[in-house]
Amino acid sequence: MLYFIEQLLNGIQLGMLLFLLAAGLTLIFGIMDLVNLAHGSLYMLGAYFAATFADWTGSFVLGAFLALLATLVVGMVLEVVAIRRLYGRDHLDHVLATFGLLLFFNELVRLIWGPAGLTLPLPSEMLNAVQVLPGLYYPVYRLVIIGVTLAVGALLYVLVMRSRPGMLIRAGASNREMVGALGINIKLLYTLVFGLGAGLAGFAGLMQAPILTVQIGMGENILIAAFVVVTIGGIGSIRGAFIAAMLVGIVDTIGRAFVPDLLHTYLSEAAASSLGRALSSMLIYLLMALVLVVRPAGLFPAAAR
Amino acid sequence: MADALLQVEDLTKRFGGVVASDRVSIALDRGELHAIIGPNGAGKTTLIAQLTGEIAPDAGSVRFDGHDITALPVYRRSAIGLARSFQITSLFLDFTALDNVALAVQAHAGHSFRFWRNARGDAALREPARATLKDAGLGARADVLAADLSHGERRQLEIAMALATKPRMLLLDEPMAGMGPEESARLIEILRKLKGGLTILLIEHDMDAVFALADRISVLVYGRIIASRDPAAIRADPIVRQAYLGESGGAHG
Amino acid sequence: MKLSPAPRVAVNIFLVVFLGLVPVYAALTGNIFAMTLFARVMILALAALSLNLIMGYGGMVSFGHAAYLGIGGYAVGILSKEGIDSGFIQWPVAIGASALYALVVGALSLRTRGVYFIMITLAFAQMVYYVAIGLDRYGGDDGLTIYHNSQFGGLIDIGNKTVFYYLCFALLLAGIYAVWRIVNSRFGLVIQGARSNERRMRAIGFPTFRYKLAGFVIAGAMCGLAGALLANHTSYISPAMMEWTRSGDLIVMAVLGGMRAAFGPLIGAMTFLLLEDVLSRATDYPNLFIGPLLLIVAIYVNGGIDGLLGRGHRG
Repeated sequence: MLYFIEQLLNGIQLGMLLFLLAAGLTLIFGIMDLVNLAHGSLYMLGAYFAATFADWTGSFVLGAFLALLATLVVGMVLEVVAIRRLYGRDHLDHVLATFGLLLFFNELVRLIWGPAGLTLPLPSEMLNAVQVLPGLYYPVYRLVIIGVTLAVGALLYVLVMRSRPGMLIRAGASNREMVGALGINIKLLYTLVFGLGAGLAGFAGLMQAPILTVQIGMGENILIAAFVVVTIGGIGSIRGAFIAAMLVGIVDTIGRAFVPDLLHTYLSEAAASSLGRALSSMLIYLLMALVLVVRPAGLFPAAAR
Repeated sequence: MADALLQVEDLTKRFGGVVASDRVSIALDRGELHAIIGPNGAGKTTLIAQLTGEIAPDAGSVRFDGHDITALPVYRRSAIGLARSFQITSLFLDFTALDNVALAVQAHAGHSFRFWRNARGDAALREPARATLKDAGLGARADVLAADLSHGERRQLEIAMALATKPRMLLLDEPMAGMGPEESARLIEILRKLKGGLTILLIEHDMDAVFALADRISVLVYGRIIASRDPAAIRADPIVRQAYLGESGGAHG
Repeated sequence: MKLSPAPRVAVNIFLVVFLGLVPVYAALTGNIFAMTLFARVMILALAALSLNLIMGYGGMVSFGHAAYLGIGGYAVGILSKEGIDSGFIQWPVAIGASALYALVVGALSLRTRGVYFIMITLAFAQMVYYVAIGLDRYGGDDGLTIYHNSQFGGLIDIGNKTVFYYLCFALLLAGIYAVWRIVNSRFGLVIQGARSNERRMRAIGFPTFRYKLAGFVIAGAMCGLAGALLANHTSYISPAMMEWTRSGDLIVMAVLGGMRAAFGPLIGAMTFLLLEDVLSRATDYPNLFIGPLLLIVAIYVNGGIDGLLGRGHRG
């Protein structure tokens, strides 16, 4: 039972990371109608920047802060230089272009930092585990991730739902031309939104760096999961992204933890571990397929376009 | 109404708190040209969508030639003889005018699970298409890409495509929209020739066309039919004048 | 519709002649690698061709097409491992299994559109990818070596590199011809019409879903054949055949070559793979150049390379 709760917490933590990525993706889909395969690259850059800056400055927090800034800058430069030429184009052009960017960034990272990954050590305070429940110890840092992401999510919610810029963002998601016609500087809005998405991705990357990984190609794996989250949640919906992220994070983690064992009780050792691994990897896709069959536009689709 | 080809009864549709169609009832006799007029936002689009099968009504029924088609899918309505044109031109822009109409012919020429023969060389499709284009006044423009046609020509193509499916009834959604006086006059002539043989439901703002062509006129306001009479009676009806014609000064709506 | 500007036809003819002569060149110079390289180009061109049928003409952007390369390849590999070497059994299974999976994927995915369609096709490919990784008996993550090529009795010996090359050549040309006929047939016009304006298609009376699904299945089956060829070509199968980046590569090839041109996928495959090859030799970091190139093509070139050669409006 305690093991289950531990895995549940892990699932929530994974869900938080997915939320950060999905929120950016869904905003960018929803407002600029842009399919961005290079989103994972910004996630990767966030991690690499954090590892490097933390190493230079000797401080995890400072390194993280600088990494976040750097990723924001990279995101906005990318938007101005390349991404903005893709607006209004066929999704296929987006796929082609951002696929090219993805390949480019992976190679660039390999050039600058080499093929082996990096590590980002945690500050000593965060290395402990705290007692969450009687008998259950959970790493402080993972709790920090959950906490910080919730705070970011709340800020994002306030920004998008309650502020003037947020209103523009939501208006842009429903009706691009109208917002342009109102005289708002669409170009700037788009650059900022893209930058925001990049920042969120980079933030997710640097947050997970100490406990998971800093290596080339790390973006691709989680990106697909993020796409699944956006699809389930509904394009353009932050609320949908959050709920879907929790669903996906929990289903994936609990699935991986329990499905192989579940199969062991019915199948032979060899078959169970093969099938178990395959099945638990597929769970989130089966979930997405299920949702799409019932709701072809996700759980909380934004206004029709 | 023994001869009613289209019978719409108590059609109702709500979107949240808004009643877009409020117990709409219309009956069209065979060969009749029936116009529906009403201010913008009256629910004309919703009504058409329910008649074509794109939206399912919350209540009420649509009967065509005696058969209940309320729940019939969009693509089957053309097969039973109900054709439509779109308010906002909806063509195959990267195909020629002839290709466009030929596709409409093809839709009613059996199944299309034929993978080998060149469809553009198939006389069974091309000849009827060419003839229909001529009837619609576009004979000379057959090989022009739809994207390269003028606005008026595109509207004509819309009609041609509807006609090519050999329908018994035409549902025309603001066919005159955006047309100049010359083009409108041409279209009025085409429709005048068609009615009698075809049953036509015409949604229009262009009052000249409506009063020139309609056998009967229904007035749709806030989702309700407030009057359904012959043109002279409609013109004289004080309720209609106040609700609709009066508001816009009797000029083009 | 005849729309053949001289440059495009010239390129097509040149390609066919060039590919036809590669084995001659190889025999004369002893450069077997050329045959290996171009056989691979033609196999992936066949895969890109099948994708182009539904993507270029049908507007269905499938980001999971590499799954059929994998299914076709694994059909050959698995049967081979289980002692069934006959191509007469392996290849129909490869094609059939791919068609079946395409039927399932299509039936579910085609209910969605736009970005959702792209994502769900990606997900279905991932599922097959993970299943392959989980198949320990057939190599799992490491893949499986195939020790015997598909056997066709006395009919044809594809163990012979030259014979295999010409088989790929013939199948590719047959495929190009078949796709060209399909696209201009009644069926093809329905698929194209559905891409152009699906709402209108349904309004004039076409039940578009079943036609799109049929197209999807045909494309899957054709790609399954390419997978069987690929397995024989490399004598090796692995989950990497169906990585999503491989699906991405196929999309790139189709777009690069021009999406509504008969020879587009071949041009695209040739360009992409040769570029990859040349750049890999020139630098340790080829994607530093390929990446931005894709970006530039996507932004500035409408219609892919074929668009550069002449209006790529109709194949």
